[in-house]
Amino acid sequence: MKHFAIAIVLLLLAYDASALEYNQVQLNQSKVSFGYKQMGVPMEGRFGKFSAQVAFDPDKPGSAHARIDITLASVDSGSSDADESVQGKLWFDTKNYPLASFVSTGVKPLGGNRYQAAGKLTIKGKTLDVSSPVVLTVNGNSAQFDGSFTVKRLSYGVGIGEWTDLDTVADDIQIRFHLVVLASPSSNQQRKTP
Amino acid sequence: MTTEPGDWLEGNAMIKRYTKIAIGLHWAIAFLIFCAFPLGLYMHDLKLSPTKLHLYSYHKWIGITVLALVLLRVLWRITHKPPALHIARWQETASRIVHGLLYLLMLAVPLSGWLMSSAKGVKTVWLGILPLPDLVEKNKALGELLSNVHTALNYTMLLLVVLHIAAALKHHLVDRDDVLLRMLPMK
Repeated sequence: MKHFAIAIVLLLLAYDASALEYNQVQLNQSKVSFGYKQMGVPMEGRFGKFSAQVAFDPDKPGSAHARIDITLASVDSGSSDADESVQGKLWFDTKNYPLASFVSTGVKPLGGNRYQAAGKLTIKGKTLDVSSPVVLTVNGNSAQFDGSFTVKRLSYGVGIGEWTDLDTVADDIQIRFHLVVLASPSSNQQRKTP
Repeated sequence: MTTEPGDWLEGNAMIKRYTKIAIGLHWAIAFLIFCAFPLGLYMHDLKLSPTKLHLYSYHKWIGITVLALVLLRVLWRITHKPPALHIARWQETASRIVHGLLYLLMLAVPLSGWLMSSAKGVKTVWLGILPLPDLVEKNKALGELLSNVHTALNYTMLLLVVLHIAAALKHHLVDRDDVLLRMLPMK
């Protein structure tokens, strides 16, 4: 009887573990940054403010969903001289387009802890398909999603006018994200509510 | 009368000049400093533009080139004796001090620029090809401080360069001695 009880508890625990869904994004531990080349010099920038929603069940990666909204005015371009200009009309035009957003359209497992996330990235009113490899690192109740992908800034009209010259600031912008997401202890029913 | 390399006849007098390498380095460094200094003054107040970023890069590339050439020059100076001077004792002392300070500044000015660039989070990539290590971590306050240091060192160097040129011209035009001729490229 005692063994039976233990078996039940273990089963429940196992079930619980398999039913985990990571959906509580820890913004203060997460980071959205970007890299680019300026005059051949690798530069590092980041966005100080963004919001993110993630719903990821390791057992059902196909139904995973993610959305990230970046407040572009929070940009740290890596060079304090540029932070102001990069919000101007020629770059992000934050007055008219305060947010950039990524909305996932599908997640494919690549084997192991690697996934490929496809989605739509909207910057400056322009929406394009993007796809990013994602590495999942699970640490107990917490999951880290790390990925990076490259976009062409000119395809979003970012850095136009005199900045169209790609000798100064390269077209390739590497976008990197590091999301720390906690699993909710919720059941299946609760999971279905948004 | 025997002649050695570095000796040329100038009129009737024998002038002992610096070696070709020393003369070449002196004028190459002088030329680069005369480019980098006004460039630095000009670019600083420009509105952010591709031109500004280009000029900043050129300024840094020139500065790093100066740093490398000055290191060669210091190496030359350590391994060679400069041609003898026939000037008053106090002038020799003064010249030694000014030259020492100039060497120090020719190293400190580009070095402070490189440090500033590191502190401001912009790696220095010589000619856009050779990445130099960041000497300090990115730190905004340190970047501002180094910017002031770089400016102060530059104006100190300007003062010494003016003194250096004035002394050379005074020796050449007033004293009519061989001080300047020693450093002139041979005809």
